[in-house]
Amino acid sequence: MKICVTVKQVPDPNLPMQVDPATHRLVRNPDQSILDPADEYGVETALRLVEEHGGEVVVVSMGPPSAADALRRAMAMGADRAILITDEALAGSDARATARALAAVIRGEQPDLVICAIEATDAYTGMVPGMLAELLDLPQLTFARQVAVEGQTVTVHRDIEGATQVLRAQLPALLTVTASIAEPRYPSFKGVMAAKRKPIDERDLASLGLEAGAVGAAGAAERVVALEEVREEKQGQMVTDDGTGSSVEAIVAFLERIQVV
Amino acid sequence: MATRRVWVWTELTDGAPQRPALELLTAARGLGEAAAVLLAPAGDEAIAALGAHGAAVVYHGDDAIYTQYAVEPQVAALAALIEAEAPDLLLFPSTFTARDVLARLAGRLGAGVIANATSVRFEGDRLLATVPYTGAYVATVTLEGPAPYLVQVRPKAYPVEPVGGQAEVRPVATALDPAACRVQVVETVPQVAEGPNLEEAEVIVAGGRGLGKAENFRLLEELARQLGGAVGASRAVVDAGWVPYSYQIGQTGKTVKPNLYIACGISGAIQHLAGMKGSKHVIAINQDPDAAIFEIADLGVVGDVLTIVPKLTERLAGR
Ligand SMILES: Cc1cc2nc3c(=O)[nH]c(=O)nc-3n(C[C@H](O)[C@H](O)[C@H](O)COP(=O)(O)OP(=O)(O)OC[C@H]3O[C@@H](n4cnc5c(N)ncnc54)[C@H](O)[C@@H]3O)c2cc1C
Ligand SMILES: Nc1ncnc2c1ncn2[C@@H]1O[C@H](COP(=O)(O)O)[C@@H](O)[C@H]1O
Repeated sequence: MKICVTVKQVPDPNLPMQVDPATHRLVRNPDQSILDPADEYGVETALRLVEEHGGEVVVVSMGPPSAADALRRAMAMGADRAILITDEALAGSDARATARALAAVIRGEQPDLVICAIEATDAYTGMVPGMLAELLDLPQLTFARQVAVEGQTVTVHRDIEGATQVLRAQLPALLTVTASIAEPRYPSFKGVMAAKRKPIDERDLASLGLEAGAVGAAGAAERVVALEEVREEKQGQMVTDDGTGSSVEAIVAFLERIQVV
Repeated sequence: MATRRVWVWTELTDGAPQRPALELLTAARGLGEAAAVLLAPAGDEAIAALGAHGAAVVYHGDDAIYTQYAVEPQVAALAALIEAEAPDLLLFPSTFTARDVLARLAGRLGAGVIANATSVRFEGDRLLATVPYTGAYVATVTLEGPAPYLVQVRPKAYPVEPVGGQAEVRPVATALDPAACRVQVVETVPQVAEGPNLEEAEVIVAGGRGLGKAENFRLLEELARQLGGAVGASRAVVDAGWVPYSYQIGQTGKTVKPNLYIACGISGAIQHLAGMKGSKHVIAINQDPDAAIFEIADLGVVGDVLTIVPKLTERLAGR
């Protein structure tokens, strides 16, 4: 079974985000960027499926040359090889432009499964996977918290509003996976060393056969026209509990004041 | 200029339109002629409710196929309907199904999408949407045409406003290609949720890593029951597997705006605040007097949740 996992390098979410006031784009400092934690679930899911059924895990990313670091991390976890779509003209891509570029590469790979995160930690539109499924003409099974492949059938368990659901389709298919699916493994020393020797295939626009106008800022439909910084603070009342529940009376008084009790 | 035609993607729960769709009908009415698109078997009450909330038209695909197969039949029907009717704008709520349908539809139309909007307006012919970004920024975003523009709106961005109208029903003909029915819905099991669900609750008791372990969520359930509220969670505890993803509140979870939000052992990361800071009243209980959650709390309690929450429940039960 061949599985393509889309992975993105994102600014370390534990550090404050910065936006360039001129371009309205997120500041992407390579030293402070990591493999999106949300994508580690997809990599882990793919590795487990291949451990069970045999096959190959290919990680695919679109981003600046430094995104190779995120791909190395995924390969240190165990992915077999990587493809990096990188080209100056790709900067400023929105979900539509990103899906086009990823589709161009994945189409050539003919995978049995494509696995994405439900949404990227930096842009969180959650639109790339569905667009990608459509461009690749694959059925999409989303928000998976459990996945199983038997023969050519893939079955997904997921939680939606007020219900749990089981979805089923035939391979090839595209999945999005949530954090509940599996605990991502931590790369071993051996894995890190092995990843250094694994190939990263770099692709530019020309090799994808995409028009410059279809991707990047030129191919983006969504444009930011203004950006404002917000700060909110309330001057609330503070009480300190003495360790025995002494604050309960203050809470009850507050609940009475706002007429909740 | 002709009246703009704005469509709202609608889903049902227990035969009634979901609240987010009713919210979006309020938005749609403000922008032009509102129509609801409902692709699911539905009774007269559902149609009447959509009319009563401002849908002048309900495009109704009354076929069981839409509950038996996910996404693709809905997208196929919607794409055909768009081609025939040429609406100006489609608004989608932030439900799981709506997100799936919207993304795939955008792929099919080759259109861009604005996701996570909290307001939508036109300036002349230009569509503008407000999109909060990471909680620290608010962006104004536009989309390149051609119409229809596709926008996904966060919950609670617009109020539900019954206006007492009546909708004209236009049946959506289904000539669906079996090849468009690839994702079979094998089963849907309603989760027996006690009390109100998160989106509708007037009181939310939310827990974070400060609860220490999964079992302690029981303490929040008891308090929530006492207050007639629902239980939510931070992402840290969802990632830890203590509660399902459907509990998550924040940037990548649900947006809630209850009358009262009680944050228990939650630090107040900006991504968590993004989903709850619209709450009318906030009580925060946290051991750390410097926790960020206190900056947006109306009542901040410095102390141990594991002591305070059970005492509070007991005190309220005794009233
Ligand atoms: C892109 C992105 C998206 C995200 N989306 C979300 C989201 O949608 N929702 C979300 O919640 N988070 C989200 N996060 C994660 C967020 O940044 C925080 O990591 C998370 O909210 C922290 O959860 P927490 O407050 O439960 O845990 P912590 O930050 O670990 O806080 C635990 C708190 O409990 C307090 N505490 C400990 N013990 C006790 C006790 N006995 N009594 C009282 N207090 C105690 C501590 O003082 C601390 O303040 C996102 C992060 C990123 C990068
Ligand atoms: N530039 C990218 N490179 C690789 N994968 C991506 C990229 N952008 C988005 N994705 C994938 O699509 C998912 C959803 O992204 P988004 O729609 O931007 O929230 C991500 O979690 C990734 O799995």
